[in-house]
Amino acid sequence: MTVQQSDLKLDGNAIAGLLREIFTMEMTTAESTCAGCHKVHAVGQVEVYMNAPGAVVRCPACGQVQMRIVKGGGRYWLDLSGIRCLEFSA
Amino acid sequence: MSFISRGFRGKRRDAASSSRVPPGQYVVNDFPVLSAGPTPRVAFSEWTFVVEGEIDQPKKWTWEEFRKLPTEEVTKDIHCVTKWTKLDTAWKGVSVDTILEGVETSAEYVMAFSYGGYTTNLPLEDVTGGKAWVAYEFDGQPLHPEHGGPARLLVPHLYFWKSAKWVRGLRLLNKDEPGFWESNGYNMYGDPWREQRYWGD
Repeated sequence: MTVQQSDLKLDGNAIAGLLREIFTMEMTTAESTCAGCHKVHAVGQVEVYMNAPGAVVRCPACGQVQMRIVKGGGRYWLDLSGIRCLEFSA
Repeated sequence: MSFISRGFRGKRRDAASSSRVPPGQYVVNDFPVLSAGPTPRVAFSEWTFVVEGEIDQPKKWTWEEFRKLPTEEVTKDIHCVTKWTKLDTAWKGVSVDTILEGVETSAEYVMAFSYGGYTTNLPLEDVTGGKAWVAYEFDGQPLHPEHGGPARLLVPHLYFWKSAKWVRGLRLLNKDEPGFWESNGYNMYGDPWREQRYWGD
């Protein structure tokens, strides 16, 4: 199987606004450690797929899903199970 | 005058379609592409389809074997949870009834799973009885990878996230388990006519 890099792929800045709705801090400069490959990337550098029922964040190194954000019906659902650690400045 | 007659036809079409559009949906004429990740390109020579899980003898087809199964052509309305509805979409594929023919199982649920890692859960009775297909042609053409080709699940009576793109098998389950979107806010069943979009709907 080969994987085509889709035109639908964006970077982490695409969800900067969405993350500001949830977190009180600026998140694009936060650094996330992938739970799959343990590589560290700034949130602004991750791969984001927005043309979907929710925002899907993937690791730029291994492609694993790091974060899923669903917003609808007056609620948010946030899955961070693909992130081992999220570090941001105080 | 042609101008008047065009407008008239448009109005009639809208009136005829309103009973086919579930609550909260609007009709589109294009076919939006939704994707939770990069588009897998699966070569026909590598493609397989499997039925596994609660089954004594798991089943497996290569592309060549799968294409020899009896086909059906169906025209269905499809409803995406992101609120678009597309009317009269024409598909060709293999009925899930044909795929599960002769299978004895105690399972009441299935997990569809795909190349690229996507999953979605469905009751077994929602993919049998002429309600679901593994489709490999859309509008008379081979299904484009952007829309799930080589083959995708087609379960038109549920929201379209249940119609898994790039499907590579069905896992038969005794217990319902949430798939990719169902584990993060989306409804376990997803009936568009009851607007079952999210948990608790």
